[in-house]
Amino acid sequence: MNYINDLKERIDKIEKGGHEKYHQKNEEKGKMFVRSRLKQLFDEDIDVEDAFFANNMADGLPSDGVVTGIGRIHGQDVCVMANDSTVKAGSWGKRTVEKIIRIQETAAKLEIPMLYLVDSAGARITDQIEMFPGRRGAGRIFHNQIKLSGRVPQVCLLFGPSAAGGAYIPAFCDIVVMVDGNASMYLGSPRMAEKVIGEKVSLEEMGGAKMHTSVSGVGDVLVKSEEEAISYTRHYLSYFPPNFREKPAAVEPKTVKQFEKSITELIPENQNAPFNMLDLIKQLIDEDSFCEIKKKFAPELITGLSRIDGKAVGIIANQPRMKGGVLFPDSADKAAKFIQLCDAFNIPLLFLMDIPGFMIGTKVEQAGIIRHGAKMLATMSEATVPKISVVVRKAYGAGLYAMAGPAFEPDACLALPTAQIAVMGPEAAVNAVYANKIAELPEEERPQFVKEKQEEYKDNIDIYRLASEMVVDAVVDPDKLRSELIKRYQIYEAKNVTFTERKHGVYPV
Amino acid sequence: MTEIKASMAGNVWKITVNEGDKVEEDQDVVILESMKMEIPIPAEEDGTVKELKVAEGDFVNEGDTIAIVE
Repeated sequence: MNYINDLKERIDKIEKGGHEKYHQKNEEKGKMFVRSRLKQLFDEDIDVEDAFFANNMADGLPSDGVVTGIGRIHGQDVCVMANDSTVKAGSWGKRTVEKIIRIQETAAKLEIPMLYLVDSAGARITDQIEMFPGRRGAGRIFHNQIKLSGRVPQVCLLFGPSAAGGAYIPAFCDIVVMVDGNASMYLGSPRMAEKVIGEKVSLEEMGGAKMHTSVSGVGDVLVKSEEEAISYTRHYLSYFPPNFREKPAAVEPKTVKQFEKSITELIPENQNAPFNMLDLIKQLIDEDSFCEIKKKFAPELITGLSRIDGKAVGIIANQPRMKGGVLFPDSADKAAKFIQLCDAFNIPLLFLMDIPGFMIGTKVEQAGIIRHGAKMLATMSEATVPKISVVVRKAYGAGLYAMAGPAFEPDACLALPTAQIAVMGPEAAVNAVYANKIAELPEEERPQFVKEKQEEYKDNIDIYRLASEMVVDAVVDPDKLRSELIKRYQIYEAKNVTFTERKHGVYPV
Repeated sequence: MTEIKASMAGNVWKITVNEGDKVEEDQDVVILESMKMEIPIPAEEDGTVKELKVAEGDFVNEGDTIAIVE
C-alpha cells in the first residue's frame, strides 16, 4: 500500500501551500491562508477542486499558486479561483493561467456564478512566453470574463495586490470588494512610476483600497478585514440568481420597524433644504436589507440592493444631503453600471428622485458630463426589468429623464404630494424669463415682482396639474408608498419584454 | 489636521461655526449655495476649527479649502 501513503504525502505537501515564512508574513498583515479563506467563504468548504496537482513536479509551486474549483454559497454552486500568495507571491505561470481559464469555462458551461479571490503580484516573467501572448494566455482570462459578464454574477474579492494586466480581473467583475490596507490595483507600481515617468507616489495613494473606492470608482466596497469581505460577498450574492435566465430568490418578508418620524415629517417642504434620503429608503424596504454599493464614491447618488416584501429591488436615489443631489460625471457613471447589473440579473429597479439636475459649469463640461449623463440615460432606458420611478420632491431638467422619468417607459411614475416637475426650479426660471424686465424695474419693486412670478410659476407646475395631464400615473400618500410599491412590483413581475432587436447599441461611453 | 474642502462649486451662503469652535464629525461647518440648493459641508472628523478660509458670499470652486480643523 505504499502508493496510498505516497499519494497522501503529496496531498499533504500541496495543501500546505508555500514556505512557512510566507505564511507568517501574510499573518502579520492580517491575511488568511487561501484555503482558510475558501473554508469561510463556502457553506462548508470547497467541494471539488481541479488541477490540485498542477506543476507538482516543480519545486515550491504547489497547485501552481492558485486554487480552482466549486463550492456552495447559500446552497448554490459557485465557481472560484483563489490566488495563493504564499506561492511566488501568487504570481501567474502557464498552469495558473490555464487553471483560471478552465474554471471560467466551467462557470460558463454550468451557468453558475464565478468568484475571483485575488492576491497576486502578476505575471511570472520567467514564464512569459507560455502564459502571456498566446491563445490560452492571460488575455483569454479577460476575454472569458467579458463573455461571462451579464450571464453569471462575477465578484472580485481583493485581498492583496492586483498588478499590471492582473488589474483587469477586478475591472471586468460586477463588483470589487477591497480590504483596506492590503488590497491594491495599479497598472504600474510606484517603483515603475518613478523610473518611467519620474513620479514619486505611495502605493496607497496611487492604487490603495481607499483611493479606488472613493476617487477612481474602480473598487466598489471598502472593508476593514478579510472576514468582512467574505461576509459582504455572501450577503451580496443572496440578492442574485445563479444566471441571467433565472429570477432572484425571494426570502421571508420582513416588516419595517416603527420610526420616530413618518416619511411626511421627514421631507422638508422647502425644496432647496437638504434631508437624508437614506432615512426615506429605510422606511420603504425590509428591515436591515440594504446592501449599499459604492457608498464612498459619488455619494450624491445612492445605489444599493434591498428587499421589499422579501423580494430583491435595486435602488437608485438622489441624495440631497450630498452636493445637493446634483448629478455629476461620476454619479452618472455609477448609476449606469448599477442599472446594468440589476437589469442583467432580473432585479427590479426603483428610482427615487429629488434632483435639481445635472451639474453645470466649465469643470464638468470638460469632464464630459454630457456623455457620462448619456450613459446613464442609455442604460436606464434599456433596462427591461420592472421599473418604478418616484418623484419625491423636485425633478428638474434632464434630472427627470436620467431618473426614469415618464418618457423612458417606467412601469409607473409615481409622485408624492411634495413633487415638483419642471425644466428648472422657480428661482432659475423667473430669472431666465424675466431677466430684462427685472433689470428695468426700480430696485425696491424687484423682490415683490420676483416673488409674484415665482408663485405663478409654482402654480403652473403644480403636481395635481401634472397628474391631470397624466404626466405621472398616481399621486401617493408618502406614508403609504411602501404598500403601493409592494402591490405594483407584484403585478409587474409578469413583465417580459425585449427592448429592441439589433446586434447592440452604440454606447455613449 | 484636516482641510475641509468644497465638494462642488458654489457661493458660501452661511458659515455655521467660528474659529476656535469645537466640531464633531458630520457637523456642518459651512453651507454653500449652488444649483439653487443648500449644500452643507460637514467636518470629516472631531476637532477644533483652527482657521476659516472663506467669508459669506465668497465663490468657491470644487476642491477649494474652506476651513482647517485640528
